[in-house]
Amino acid sequence: MTDRHTSAAPVPAHGERVLYVVFVALIVLLAVTVVVSWFPLGSWNLPVAIAIAGVKAALILLYFMDVRHSRPLIWLVAGAAFFWLAILIGLTLADYHTRMP
Amino acid sequence: MSDAAVLPAHHFETHEQQRLAGEVGMWLFLVTEFMFFGGLFLAYFIYRNWYPVEFVEGGHTMDSVLGAINTGVLLTSSLTMALAVHAAEQSERRRTLWLLIATMVFGTIFLGVKAYEYHHKYEEGLMPFLAPEVWQPDRRGLATFLHLYFLMTGVHAFHMVIGIGALAILARWTTQGVTLGPRSLVVHNVGLYWHFVDLVWVFLFPFFYLVA
Repeated sequence: MTDRHTSAAPVPAHGERVLYVVFVALIVLLAVTVVVSWFPLGSWNLPVAIAIAGVKAALILLYFMDVRHSRPLIWLVAGAAFFWLAILIGLTLADYHTRMP
Repeated sequence: MSDAAVLPAHHFETHEQQRLAGEVGMWLFLVTEFMFFGGLFLAYFIYRNWYPVEFVEGGHTMDSVLGAINTGVLLTSSLTMALAVHAAEQSERRRTLWLLIATMVFGTIFLGVKAYEYHHKYEEGLMPFLAPEVWQPDRRGLATFLHLYFLMTGVHAFHMVIGIGALAILARWTTQGVTLGPRSLVVHNVGLYWHFVDLVWVFLFPFFYLVA
């Protein structure tokens, strides 16, 4: 298990400022998702909400959970979660959308 | 615990391997949590597709201002948690302790607002099992929305309670110094759990509060 990441401390010294920047970005996105909800988007309401939440989720995963500094094995396990989620939700909804009268 | 003379557990060759194993274990647990909440979100998508009008009606029963404030509180708690992980790795004991306490305080504020919202729903007669007039066959869509709301935010709040308990234990261990240093993984892993709970809320908020 010796690879190039032999340093025990995974977070670099400048890591703290990045956390504040990401926090501000998350609050801005929270404001965006509230403001967007005031406009009547009809069937686009849900996709837009999911898209904004997806960006927020990516920020939390990559910076707060620090996946971006994690080793490939962590990327694999975290990626597996989304792979199975995609199967669970994607295939089930595909079934509903193609079989319902 | 950051003493270089401390050997890794006997079944690990290096500290790095031990740390990676601990981190992967936490992530595997989180994968099961992803799947657990994934099933609930799937139910939400299916029922929203079945009852689009009733879900908008349900959205009108929600206070989006309180929801937005609570989202901000939870995002702030995630910031203090991430800073606590950073401080613990730098072995800053006092700073770690205060950041952990701040995270607990923000988490408790979130639960307090949630309790107020639940109470408000109870007073409006929108609580599952307690308001028979809502649960008539012709109002099944609204009832489904409210059931999903209480189930999903309830399970989420339960995760918050566990998270606050874990933070309390971490705070105690931090006063003893055992959570500090680049080799200790426990603050990092509790942080992963806390951020995951935040992540779930990021989706719950627009799905229930911003439907209308």
